[in-house]
Amino acid sequence: MPGGLIGKKLGMTRIFDNDGLAVPVTVIEAGPCFVVQIKTAAKDGYEALQVGFDRRALAKCNKPEKGHFEKHGAKSGFKCLREFRVDEAIGFEAGQEITVEQFEIGDRVDVIGTSKGKGFAGTIKRWNFHRGPMGHGSMSHRAPGSIGCSAYPSRVVRGKKMPGQMGNARVTMKNLEVVDVRPEENLLVLRGAVPGPRQGLVLIQKAG
Amino acid sequence: MERVDQLAREQMRGDLPAFRPGDTVEVHVRIVEGDKQRIQVFKGVVIRKRGGLTGASFTVRKISYGVGVERIFPLHSPNIDQVVVLFRGKVRQSRLYYLRDRKGKAARIKEKRSPVL
Repeated sequence: MPGGLIGKKLGMTRIFDNDGLAVPVTVIEAGPCFVVQIKTAAKDGYEALQVGFDRRALAKCNKPEKGHFEKHGAKSGFKCLREFRVDEAIGFEAGQEITVEQFEIGDRVDVIGTSKGKGFAGTIKRWNFHRGPMGHGSMSHRAPGSIGCSAYPSRVVRGKKMPGQMGNARVTMKNLEVVDVRPEENLLVLRGAVPGPRQGLVLIQKAG
Repeated sequence: MERVDQLAREQMRGDLPAFRPGDTVEVHVRIVEGDKQRIQVFKGVVIRKRGGLTGASFTVRKISYGVGVERIFPLHSPNIDQVVVLFRGKVRQSRLYYLRDRKGKAARIKEKRSPVL
């Protein structure tokens, strides 16, 4: 079990399951990924695999990248490098291919992605606050309202929901069901939504 | 998106006959009760058809015991056993919502006479 897989979100659609029910699914182009570096507890303090996705010619990599790839004997560079923790890195070798074949229909996976950025958002959009009255002399339309009490505690409680940056953050969707696996096309079909825009990078790991 | 659409297209069925809003159809629906399966027929006028690959659907309206009943079917659902076109209607809209305000004689639809090929 190589820990996980890097993929690209292709988009959503819906398909029918065996009972004839429509299932909303996300299609992910997952892998093929290649092991670049093997990290062991003896050398690095932890067991992990560094995995590359989306090939890029060595000539197009910058010097530090190129040096790293060449050191570990990679035949080409990669646009994306990520690490996946494994129980035991022994048994894996650099250059080894990791594909969607590790997943089966019915498996549960966690998907990590970067959510779509919404910019600086107010409390209504960001925290589902209610809006104030639009008329009758009201002047607080989308304002957050009171953010605390005066004499005691005379400060704003920590974690108070306020306006701020929304989205463009690392989000994990847990326990998504694998609906279909197509190793020949490197496609993984998951039930439900996955964070991020189309073409966005996602990491897929076995749930747990 | 192209590859996603391709995946969706595999699920679409091409075995249903062509029909349009205004047509009177019989939709044979597979219904599973426990471990038994039976076919239920829903007969009425198609008042809407909407596209969208596997998301395509159509609405059939009928009058049942004096009450208007509308049912929306996913066009590519495997639960649809077959669709039988009984009557081709001549209509000028693609959405026949005006039939909801009419009953009896006013809700009739003229037959479409296609030229003999």
